[in-house]
Amino acid sequence: MTSIKQLPYEEYFLAGNGSCPGCGLTIGLRNVLKALGKEVYMVVPASCSSVVQSPFPNSSAMVPLLNTPFAAAAAAASGMVRALRLKGKDSVVMVWAGDGGTFDIGFATLSGAAERNEDILYICYDNEAYMNTGGHRSGATPFGTYTGTTPTGKKENKKNVPFIMAAHGIQYVATASIAFITDLYDKILKAKDMKGFRYIQIFSPCTPGWLLPTEKSVESAKLAVQTGIYPLFEIENGVFKISPPSKPYLKKEKRKSLTDYFKIQGRFKNLKEEDIRLIEKWVDEISEEYSSMDGKKVI
Amino acid sequence: MIKEGDMVSIIEKKEGISNVKVVTANEAVALAVKCSRVDVVGAYPITPQTSIMEYLAKYVETENLPIEIVRVESEHSAMAVAMGAAAVGARAFTATSSQGLLYMAEMVYWVGGSRLPVVLAIASRAMGAPWIIGNEHTDVLLPREWGWMVLFPEDNQEVFDTIIQAYKLADSTLIPVVVGLDGFLLSHTTMPISIPEQSLIDSFIPKNTPKPYALDTANPFTHGNAVHSNVYLEFRYDIFRTIQEAEDLVDEIDREWEKITGRSYGGVIQEYLLDDADVAIIVMGASSGDAKQAAKNVREKYGIRAGVIRLRSIRPFPFKRLTKLANNLKAIGVVDRNISPGVAGMIATEVKFALYDLEKRPIVQSYIGGLGGKDIKVSDFENIFVELSQMVEGKVTPERAKWIGLDLSLVEQYFEEV
Repeated sequence: MTSIKQLPYEEYFLAGNGSCPGCGLTIGLRNVLKALGKEVYMVVPASCSSVVQSPFPNSSAMVPLLNTPFAAAAAAASGMVRALRLKGKDSVVMVWAGDGGTFDIGFATLSGAAERNEDILYICYDNEAYMNTGGHRSGATPFGTYTGTTPTGKKENKKNVPFIMAAHGIQYVATASIAFITDLYDKILKAKDMKGFRYIQIFSPCTPGWLLPTEKSVESAKLAVQTGIYPLFEIENGVFKISPPSKPYLKKEKRKSLTDYFKIQGRFKNLKEEDIRLIEKWVDEISEEYSSMDGKKVI
Repeated sequence: MIKEGDMVSIIEKKEGISNVKVVTANEAVALAVKCSRVDVVGAYPITPQTSIMEYLAKYVETENLPIEIVRVESEHSAMAVAMGAAAVGARAFTATSSQGLLYMAEMVYWVGGSRLPVVLAIASRAMGAPWIIGNEHTDVLLPREWGWMVLFPEDNQEVFDTIIQAYKLADSTLIPVVVGLDGFLLSHTTMPISIPEQSLIDSFIPKNTPKPYALDTANPFTHGNAVHSNVYLEFRYDIFRTIQEAEDLVDEIDREWEKITGRSYGGVIQEYLLDDADVAIIVMGASSGDAKQAAKNVREKYGIRAGVIRLRSIRPFPFKRLTKLANNLKAIGVVDRNISPGVAGMIATEVKFALYDLEKRPIVQSYIGGLGGKDIKVSDFENIFVELSQMVEGKVTPERAKWIGLDLSLVEQYFEEV
C-alpha cells in the first residue's frame, strides 16, 4: 500500500483552477492524475469539472482533455480509445464524470461502453447531486437530502451503480473517497494497469451544494466511511472485498454516529429523528450484508 | 432490356476503369468509407441507413480491415464515438436517418462547434409523429444550421464520389460534412458505380496531413472547454466565414476529382439546359433526373425554355453561382421535399434570401411536395414549368407556397373537425 509520503510531487491538475474552496472533485482529480501520470487522455462530460478546468484559452489540465456533452462521455472515450489503439498508442483513456452524468443522463452510454468492455477507466466523482446547476437531485442523491428540486427532502434512495456496473461483468469496480487518498491512489494504480472497462466511484463532498463549511469537506467524507453510509470496496472479477478504510466500520459498535455526519451538512436539515433511525437500519443491513459478502464471488 | 452484366460492361467501356460494381447507394457509401481509409465508425441501425453499417461490418470482418466499428447503444453515442476518434486525429464516420439524427442532434451540433472533420451520411427519411419511413429531405437539411457543410448527390456513383469529396472538404476546412442521400430512392436502389484506383483516392485525401487540433499526450491541451461570451461570437463568426468561403472550394474539389476520375458534378450546382432558359426548377437529389426529363419534355411539347438547377451543396450555399444564373431567368420554381411549417420549403426561403438583392429579380415560387415518400412525377415537374411560364406572362399569381400532389379530400376527411 502506498503511503502518503510516497505520492508523486508532479501535478497534472494545477492550482489556481476555478473550483470552490474545499472542493472534493479537485482533491480527487489531483490525486487520480498523480496516480495515472501524463500518459492519459481525459474525457469530461458536462459537470463542475467543465467549469473548474478554467475557461478558454486557459486550462488547469496538464493532460489532453476532451470536453463532451452531458450524455456522451463513455461513447466519446470509446471512439478515442479505439483510435489510439489503432495508432498503437497504449495511453489510458479516462472518463471523469459527475454523478448526474453517470447515474442518470450518461447511464445508457456508460452501460453500453461497459457491455462492450471498452478499454476505458471510468471515474465518477460522486457529490450526490447535480452541483453545477446549483444543487439538484440525481439518482445518486441519498434519501432525505435537501436539493433545489427536493426542497422537503428526497423521497427515494440512492441508486447502487457500483453493483449495477459489476453486473455488466466488467473486471474492476471500486468505491473510494477523497478522505482516504492512499486507498484511492492504490485503486487507481491497480485499475491503470488493467485492460477493459473499469469503474471507480469517488465520494467527493461539495461544500456549497451540501451547505457544508469549507473546512469540513474532508471531515464529512471521512465520516461517510466511518458511519458506514458510504462503504469503500472493490469488486474484482466478481469478487467483493471491503477496503481497509471501511473494514473496522462493518462492526456496528465501531461505527460513528450518523447524526454527527448529518448535522454538519445543511443538505440533511430536513431529516427527522425517525428518518435517521430508518437510515441507521439500512446502514446496519448493508454492513451485515457486506460483511457476509467480503472475499466472496458475488456476481 | 439491359441486364446487370451489360450495364457493367457499358460502364467499363465508357469509363475505361475496370472496377465496376452494381450496388445500392448504401453500399456505395460503405465502399467509399472503406476507400477513404476511415479509422473509426460509430454504428447504430436505423432505416433506411442500416445497411451502410451492415456492409461496413461485413467488409471489416471478412476482409480484416483496420477499421474500428463501435456498435454503440444510440445515435447520440454513434456521433460521440466519431467525435472522440476525430479528436485524436483519426478519420471518423457515422451515418443515420430521421429520428436518429434528431436523437444525435446534440452531438452533431457539438462536433460542428468542435471543428472536427467528421463525415456523416444521412439516408433521408421523414420524421414522426406519426411513424413514417418514407423519403423526405427535412432531416438532411437540419444540420445546415449546425455548423456543418451539407452536400446532396443525385445517384449512387455520385454518392460514392461525394463521400470522398466530403473528406477532402472536411480536412481542408475543419468543418464536418453531411452527405445526404435519398432514402429508398437511392439507399435501396442498385446502380453500377465505378471505383477508382485506391492510390488515386489516397493521394486525393491523404491521411498524414498536419492535425493541429488533435489531442496528444506529447503536447497536452484542452478541447471544448468553456468560453466567456466575449469570444463565443468570434467562434461562430469563424465557422460562418469558413462555410461561406467554401463555395469556391466545393467547385474546386469537384474539378480536381474530375481530373483523376473523369467525373464532375458541377461543384455546388449542376446546371441543366440553362444557357437559354427563361424558367428553371431548383431541386436536390434523386428527383433531379425527373426534373431534367420534364425540362426536356416541355421544351419539345410547348417550346418553354426550361432548365434545371440541381443544388448539390446546401452548405456552403451557392450564392455566387445562383445569383449569376438567376440574372438570366424570369421565374424559378423551388421544389422542396422538405417543409418549414407555416413558411415554405426550406430551400425556397434561402433562394429568395439569396436573390433579393438582384436588380432584376426573377419570380421565385416555393413548391412543397414528396413529403413522407409521396411520389413527385415527371408530369408534376412539367406542370411546374408550365405554371412558371404562366407566372411570367402574368396569368398565374405566385403564392407563398404551392403544394405538389396534395389531396384536399383527405385533409377534409381527417382534419376538418380538429
